[in-house]
Amino acid sequence: MTDRDTLLAQTDRRLLSGRLYRGASRIDGPLVYMRGTHPIGYGELVEIQGSDGKRRAGQVLDTSDDVVCVQAFEGTDGLDLPDTGMRFMGEPLTLGVSEQMLGRVMNGLGQSRDGSALPHVADERDVNGSAINPTAREYPRDFIQTGVSVIDGMTTLIQGQKLPIFSGNGLAHNQLAAQIARQAKVRGNASDFCIVFAAMGVKYDVARFFIDSFEETGVLDNVALFLSLADDPSIERTITPKTALTLAEYLAFDKGKQVLVIMTDMTNYCESLREISTMRGEIPSRKGYPGYLYSNLSEIYERSGKIAGKTGSITQLPILTMPNDDISHPVPDLTGYITEGQIVFDRGMNSRGIYPPINPLPSLSRLMKDGIGEGMTRSDHPHLSNQLFASYSHVKEVQNLASVIGEEELTPLDHQYLEFGDFFEKKFINQSFTEDRSIEETLDLGWKALGKLPSEELQRLTDEEIEEHYGK
Amino acid sequence: MERRVVGKVKRVNGPVITLKEVHDAQMMEMVRIGEQQLVGEVIKLFDDEATVQVYEDATGICPGDNVYGSGSSLSCELGPGLIGSIYDGIQRPLEKLMEASGAFIGRGLSFPAIDHGKKWHFVPSVKVGDPVHAGSIVGSVQETERVSHKIMVPPEKQAGTVSAVVPEGDYTVEETVVTYTEGDGREVHVSLSQRWPIRAPRPVQERLPLKQPLITGLRVIDTLFPLPKGGTVAIPGGFGTGKTMTQHSIAQWCDADIIVYIGCGERGNEMTDVLREFPQLVDPRTGKSLMERTILIANTSNMPVSAREASIYTGVTMAEYYRDMGYQVAIMADSTSRWAEALRELSGRMEEMPAEEGFPAYLPTRIAQFYERAGYMKTLSDKEGSVSIIGAVSPPGGDFSEPVTQHTKRFVRCFWALDRALASARHYPAISWLDSYSEYLPDVKGWWDEKSDGQWSAMRQEIMELLQKEVRLQQIVKLVGPDALPDSQNFLLEVCALFKTAFLQQNAFDEIDRYCGIQKQMKMLAIILDYYHKGIQAIGKGVPMVKLRRLSAVQDMARMRFSVSNDDAASIDRLELKLDHAIDQLGGIYDDRP
Repeated sequence: MTDRDTLLAQTDRRLLSGRLYRGASRIDGPLVYMRGTHPIGYGELVEIQGSDGKRRAGQVLDTSDDVVCVQAFEGTDGLDLPDTGMRFMGEPLTLGVSEQMLGRVMNGLGQSRDGSALPHVADERDVNGSAINPTAREYPRDFIQTGVSVIDGMTTLIQGQKLPIFSGNGLAHNQLAAQIARQAKVRGNASDFCIVFAAMGVKYDVARFFIDSFEETGVLDNVALFLSLADDPSIERTITPKTALTLAEYLAFDKGKQVLVIMTDMTNYCESLREISTMRGEIPSRKGYPGYLYSNLSEIYERSGKIAGKTGSITQLPILTMPNDDISHPVPDLTGYITEGQIVFDRGMNSRGIYPPINPLPSLSRLMKDGIGEGMTRSDHPHLSNQLFASYSHVKEVQNLASVIGEEELTPLDHQYLEFGDFFEKKFINQSFTEDRSIEETLDLGWKALGKLPSEELQRLTDEEIEEHYGK
Repeated sequence: MERRVVGKVKRVNGPVITLKEVHDAQMMEMVRIGEQQLVGEVIKLFDDEATVQVYEDATGICPGDNVYGSGSSLSCELGPGLIGSIYDGIQRPLEKLMEASGAFIGRGLSFPAIDHGKKWHFVPSVKVGDPVHAGSIVGSVQETERVSHKIMVPPEKQAGTVSAVVPEGDYTVEETVVTYTEGDGREVHVSLSQRWPIRAPRPVQERLPLKQPLITGLRVIDTLFPLPKGGTVAIPGGFGTGKTMTQHSIAQWCDADIIVYIGCGERGNEMTDVLREFPQLVDPRTGKSLMERTILIANTSNMPVSAREASIYTGVTMAEYYRDMGYQVAIMADSTSRWAEALRELSGRMEEMPAEEGFPAYLPTRIAQFYERAGYMKTLSDKEGSVSIIGAVSPPGGDFSEPVTQHTKRFVRCFWALDRALASARHYPAISWLDSYSEYLPDVKGWWDEKSDGQWSAMRQEIMELLQKEVRLQQIVKLVGPDALPDSQNFLLEVCALFKTAFLQQNAFDEIDRYCGIQKQMKMLAIILDYYHKGIQAIGKGVPMVKLRRLSAVQDMARMRFSVSNDDAASIDRLELKLDHAIDQLGGIYDDRP
């Protein structure tokens, strides 16, 4: 074949794109198969028409000489084999992005949910995005004050970080996410802040809660909402986070905004992926999830961070519910391997009435080390948080011991530890949904908790720090 | 432009593409797909069909697209300029990609791995008439201040006699510097660079026994679970247990000449951290920037999965190349589990029959092949060099019984198990002293005992026994409380607690503590054991344990990892004298009592 033939083949393909083919050969769940088309590119955008005339978006999942497999994002209800029509658009799925999308409510594909016209589009972007070159990244180190002590003090959130909330059903993760969205600020820096919110398979009430909460604080004009709710086709969820992040990338790296992306609930997203995977008869790995779940999740989570030479940033706050509170379930497990730490909710603390019910021990912020300390938060912060971790972890040991031998048998030092643990949980971790604590208040409260322990026990703090803050 | 079409696309399924009408493709041949020129590799041939894995995102590839052959298998370009560079999994320089496509990685780009325009100062070490053979060193180039890059005859060539040598001067990597005639009369042109297929180990003369430990500056590793140069080790641990931190620490402070750091399917920001941090860090032994000995490979988790599969081989090939020059090379692979998952993903797409948890049945073979490329070798040029492999493993759910951890354990002889409980208590490095092991103890015993007047193996043995006893005692304490134990046993718990905080823990952010020299390690271990021996005696005389732990010398011991610098290990001797004296005094008071 000569170059001339190649060129001809390409021209043919360009001319054929957009042509309507009729007659599917097989429909299986969200997947539609069609034979006898011109050569179709992998990942191409497809427009599917049913006999009812309704148009749905789809994407090519597998393409070969004789058959093309298309996943229909809006479900296949009402399609039949002979009358289903498909147009192959010759280009990947794109999202028209613009700044005016802030303040709008859209579906998972970025189309208007209430039927109103979407604003003028500034640019068309491939929703799959491409990987940020590691050499182009800027290492995130700007501290975000969330006003929540246990996060600011123990698992500090950094601008450009991806920090998921590992929660369980019935725990207060939505409240916490709303609280963070409301209170988050970079200190000494009035930045251009906005929120991109993606809901995947959550109930209408949950979405309503977020909208109301944004409305109350008057930030709704600065929020773009992509809603794919529980009663929307499950397949739409697989594209929702990608659409949301495509807009976030535009806002952050083209418009220089500080974007906070809240995605709830990632477990539903993974379940939709599993659904397609089993439909296609793929070989499953753990718990039936596809073998590429890790790569797929990383294509979402890695779309965060900062780029050298650009002012904007994307900070991700994905929420996921751990099925049966099991942190080793594939979804939280693989997420934890990709994200830069995790905030872990604890059902026990929730039942003790502690809000936010964050267990600091398994929680972690990997970017914290470079974002706290002198000049960023306060010089005693690194050692203080380290000491609080160590002491609180000892409290757990003492509590275990006490449950075996009884509290009376404990040494006086152990009693002091129990007292510390009590203060730490009830005063330091516990706070109200509307309470916005500054980092100084948080750190002072941490010292107050440590005041319950004798100073010899504080081995992770320097003598000078103890001198300056202990018992004050 | 004449291009060789090897076949056409028949089917596209993610990163796996089936070709039809294939005539002269070879196994493992590198191919370019479609007019976007995406890089791929032939991994299966049957009749007139072939399977290709694509190293880039396959969006837009159509059935019927041409596939062009390159005639060679996926290989690395090796020559001066590798050090200090950062590559993706198939050795494309990321800096060049950024110049070409901006902050986001474009598709179908290709660049030479090393700068073909740059001139290097070549100093020949052979003259006309000298005999040379495969692997012979014919000259050198000063690559960085600390690395003298040896120019070698490519290993696949025959022996012969040098017929021409260029004078000392500046040459690009493509220019011929030495010409020689092989035995059968063919002329061979040696330039500053050569290519080697990534999946084949580079040949050596023979494997030598492993004797020297790789000093990492981490006490728990050097003292308790040593790794020799040329050895292999796995670091398994769930997320957040500090695999990457441990790997970074070792990459920064270990006494290898060259470090190859492979970020295989990990976070983008972590690689940025390395890029930002390494050039600023100074090697304690040479006073030079750490970047002057480091090659980085960054194939982050969102970069194409097949390039992730290749990244491990790219890294080990570069390591072997520097080993052949007589250097001690250490490879950090973070993480081999992501590599195994890439194998699984590709295998699944090829619809192969899976073995455990969806992994292909050839997983153990591949793991073994990779780790066997480590070793302490006598190179073709009669030098001694080594490749040590430090592989992180990320077991799902932190469960070490999963296939990757289990198979890796079969092929490594050292195991540094990271423990979630230790990490939660912020005990770093969170290497568990109960689950870890090193089979290399007998190999490095000679070296260590020579450095410590024969003390090391005995001391190590003793402290390991104490730690074992502690576990049993802790079980009793959990049932009946510490008060039920006699003081002598409580004192053992006390010493173990001290050993954990004062010796096993290490703060990677502390100027002094992040690297601990071997002299200091030995003295620290000695003083803690001395405290135990003397303390037990004193308790025998009736001294209460509380008095012992309140001694100021004991408080000093708890902080010696921060307060005593590496050059001042002798001050630990003084502390030991102070401790002995204080305990003697205490004992004296109780001696006098009736």
